[in-house]
Amino acid sequence: MMIPSFIFYLFSTILIASAVMVVAARNPVHAVLFLILCFFNAAGLFVLLGAEFVAFILIIVYVGAVAVLFLFVVMMLDIGARERRRGFMKHVPVGLAVGGIICAQLALVAGAWTFDPHAVASATPNAVDNTRALGRVLYTDYVYVFEVAGLILLVAMIGAIVLTVRDRVPAKRQDAARQVSRRREDVIEIRKVKTGEGAS
Amino acid sequence: MNSFLASVGLGPFLIVAAILFTIGIVGVFINRKNVISVLLAIELILLAVNINFVAFSAFQNNLMGQIFAMLVLTVAAAEMAVGLAILVVCFRNRGSINVEDISEMRG
Repeated sequence: MMIPSFIFYLFSTILIASAVMVVAARNPVHAVLFLILCFFNAAGLFVLLGAEFVAFILIIVYVGAVAVLFLFVVMMLDIGARERRRGFMKHVPVGLAVGGIICAQLALVAGAWTFDPHAVASATPNAVDNTRALGRVLYTDYVYVFEVAGLILLVAMIGAIVLTVRDRVPAKRQDAARQVSRRREDVIEIRKVKTGEGAS
Repeated sequence: MNSFLASVGLGPFLIVAAILFTIGIVGVFINRKNVISVLLAIELILLAVNINFVAFSAFQNNLMGQIFAMLVLTVAAAEMAVGLAILVVCFRNRGSINVEDISEMRG
């Protein structure tokens, strides 16, 4: 019983320490790298909790896609470390005050609350592994949630493309309205050319 | 519930998530000038929420928490994509991402 507890406390300690470094790091690139460390340790906690699928999703989608996207943008924008520090100390007191208030509230809630193990009936068959069980409920009971998630991703994709696209050299596109509204009289001129003179 | 969960209990997971949430809130406040840091702090907050969801899901033996954690991940990814796109456009238009410069949309 000692070793799993030790692993839990190891993951939690690294998680919280790297979260502090995310907030306090001077260089944004370092902050993103510490965020990746955070995600890895949270994935470790998820594996300890028996939620392997969410852990893998966290690593594949988050570390593999979102954090790398972050890294790309941070490196592309080329923000200096000095710019980040400007006006840093001014907001520390109010930040610490709000953090203290929220921490106290969460502690009060946790102190006043007891866990009832029989609150919700067991919905997970124990013989099935986590991924299979998730797949069984995701496409049946929660299919609308699944489709709404896909819709949200579609909206985000279209939004990001519309925001960032720019055509500096305009491409030759087909303009259907202009094409249809062309009339014969506007574009064609018929001339009688006499023999031996040529058109002018 | 396996033997590990019985030995550790739900409390430590909630405490870790609460600490992470508080760190995220403090990060939003003390890095108010830098949009990238604010986005990173929001990521921390969502991660704390996810830890809560998955912990309750494991301890109640109910898969709905994990489904909802995946939904939270989806929304967070979408939010990051749009936020970074706005950031790129803003940087392209004015050459910096200083929040104080962005004041045209003041109500």
